[in-house]
Formats: sequence, structure tokens, C-alpha cells
Amino acid sequence: MREILKKNRLNFLIIVAFTVFVAVSYSINYTLGENIFKEQFYGFTKEMILFLPIMFILIGLGDVWINREKVEKHIGKNSGLKGIILVIFLSMAQVGPLYGAFPVTYLLWKKGASIRNIFIYIGAFCTIKIPMITFEIGFLGWKFSVLRTLFTLPIIIIIGVLMEKLLKNKSFEVKQL
Amino acid sequence: MEILTIIAVIAIIASLIADRHKTWKGIKKGLVMFLKILPAILSVLILVSILLYFLPNELIVEYLGEDAGLTAYVFAAIAGSIALIPGFIAYPLAGILVKTGVSYPVIAVFITTLMMVGILTLPVEIKYFGIRISLIRNILYFLGALIVGFLISLFYIL
Repeated sequence: MREILKKNRLNFLIIVAFTVFVAVSYSINYTLGENIFKEQFYGFTKEMILFLPIMFILIGLGDVWINREKVEKHIGKNSGLKGIILVIFLSMAQVGPLYGAFPVTYLLWKKGASIRNIFIYIGAFCTIKIPMITFEIGFLGWKFSVLRTLFTLPIIIIIGVLMEKLLKNKSFEVKQL
Repeated sequence: MEILTIIAVIAIIASLIADRHKTWKGIKKGLVMFLKILPAILSVLILVSILLYFLPNELIVEYLGEDAGLTAYVFAAIAGSIALIPGFIAYPLAGILVKTGVSYPVIAVFITTLMMVGILTLPVEIKYFGIRISLIRNILYFLGALIVGFLISLFYIL
């Protein structure tokens, strides 16, 4: 709890200021404040607050059931199509921002993953992580999410292959911070 | 949203049958993640509420709506490439923008560039891969994001 408070000082300041503003607006019948709360904030928030915990429970369950280490063994240089599929599934199970993917690519590179699979990992990581997909379906709908996933997949695979062709005869390494 | 709730309930039941201990661990993990992101989500919702209250809907529709033309896409692509917004916040925000009248194709370009291109995270990426590879990756992904955005827009316009 303290950690959450510490990391979110500015956010809590905004939340407290807004709460006070709305409370004061209601007590003195200040329409601007009332309308910002009623017409905007309340409408956006009410379904989200019910929906978000459900999504996060799904994400948490995914996290405890997927075994990352088993997958990492099978995505080396001669892994072919199976390697591509595995690396995509591996990255789909991740959580977190893009810069969280780079340390994992270092581990993959050290374990002998191919250049192609490393970049496919990054691509899938930033675009089709399951936690993100659940959010996308929830807020933008199935149609959008399915279309985006279908178009993104071939493109990140093509870029992975392209990166490998570009870098094949040059020294490639992932540095550790 | 109902479908996701059903999926979640089924997943929880299946997981409980397979391993009760693991299930609680997962649920707890998820809820802790939720609490961690909640302050950020709330404050973004507050700021967006205030902004949208003062910004007339017609203005948003005119500049980012269906008939906004190429400028809207250029704006979305630039904003998406530069911005560093976690998906947990970007998607609720995108959902609100769609309800306000921003067209799906514009949102598609914004979301794809947001996810695939990271100008602000470039310094971190360079530390791992070096300048050359990082630049090539971001340029290729920028083009890729535009292609995906364009393909999605075909399905919404036609």
C-alpha cells in the first residue's frame, strides 16, 4: 500500500483535488462541477470499475499458469515455424511495457534464440499480449481487436525475417544493462 | 463485456478445479496489479473528463472524426509514436474517444503506432541493441503500424 502511495503522488493529488472540487460543487450547487462529474467522469468510470478487476483476475491467472522456461528452450536458430509459434505464445503471456521486453530479449539471445525470433518476440510483445488484448476487446470491441491481431501478426513476422536478413553478416548482440 | 465476464468465470472455475492454491495466487496477483494501476487510471479519467467537458464534441469530430481526412491520421501517427501510455490507460482512453466521435481508423493508427513505435523509449532500446538496430526497428515498425492502421480502416470505411 505504501509503495502504491509513493509511486502515485501526483495521481493521488489529482484524485483528492477532484474529489474536493466535486464535493464542494455539489454542496454549493455549482453546475460546472456537477456536470463534469455527472456527464463525464461518472459515465466513463462506472462500467470500467466493474470491468477492470475481472480483466486483471484473468491476467493474474494467465501469469501463474504459463511456464516461461519450458518455452525458452525451443526457439533457437534452427527452430523454424515451431520456433516462431512458440516465441509468439511466449510473448503473448507477458505483462508490462515495451521497455520491460528488452531485458527478456537479452536472456533469449543468451540462450541462443535466433535474430528473427528475438524481433518477433519484441513485435508480439508490444502488439498482442493477452492482457492488452482483453483490454482492447473490452474497450474497442471484438471486431477491432480481431482485425488488428490478424493484420499485425504477419507484419511482425515479416519484419523479424527482414531484420535477420539485414543483420545476418553483421555482428549482432544484445547488451545487458 | 459480458462475454469477457463469462470467459473469466469459466477460467476461474477451470483453474479452481485444476489447482485451488494456484488459482488464489493468480487472483491475488491480478487484484494487486489492479490496485497498482488504479490511481493512474482514475487520474487519467479525471483529466479526460475535464478536458472533454470544455472541448466541444463537434470540434473533436471535425478534427478526428470520419471526415477529418489525412491530417487526422498524421496527427494520430505522430501522437502514437511519441506518447508513452501503458495499454491499461490507452484502451479506456481510446474507448472514450470512440464514444465521443473519433473514428475507428484514426484510433487504429494511434493504437498501432503507440504500441509498436517508441520514440521516448529509444534511449533505453539503444542501450540494448545499439543505435543502428534500434532505428531500423522503429522505422520498420512505424511503416508496419501504418499498414495495419490502413488495413483496419478499410474494414470500417467500406
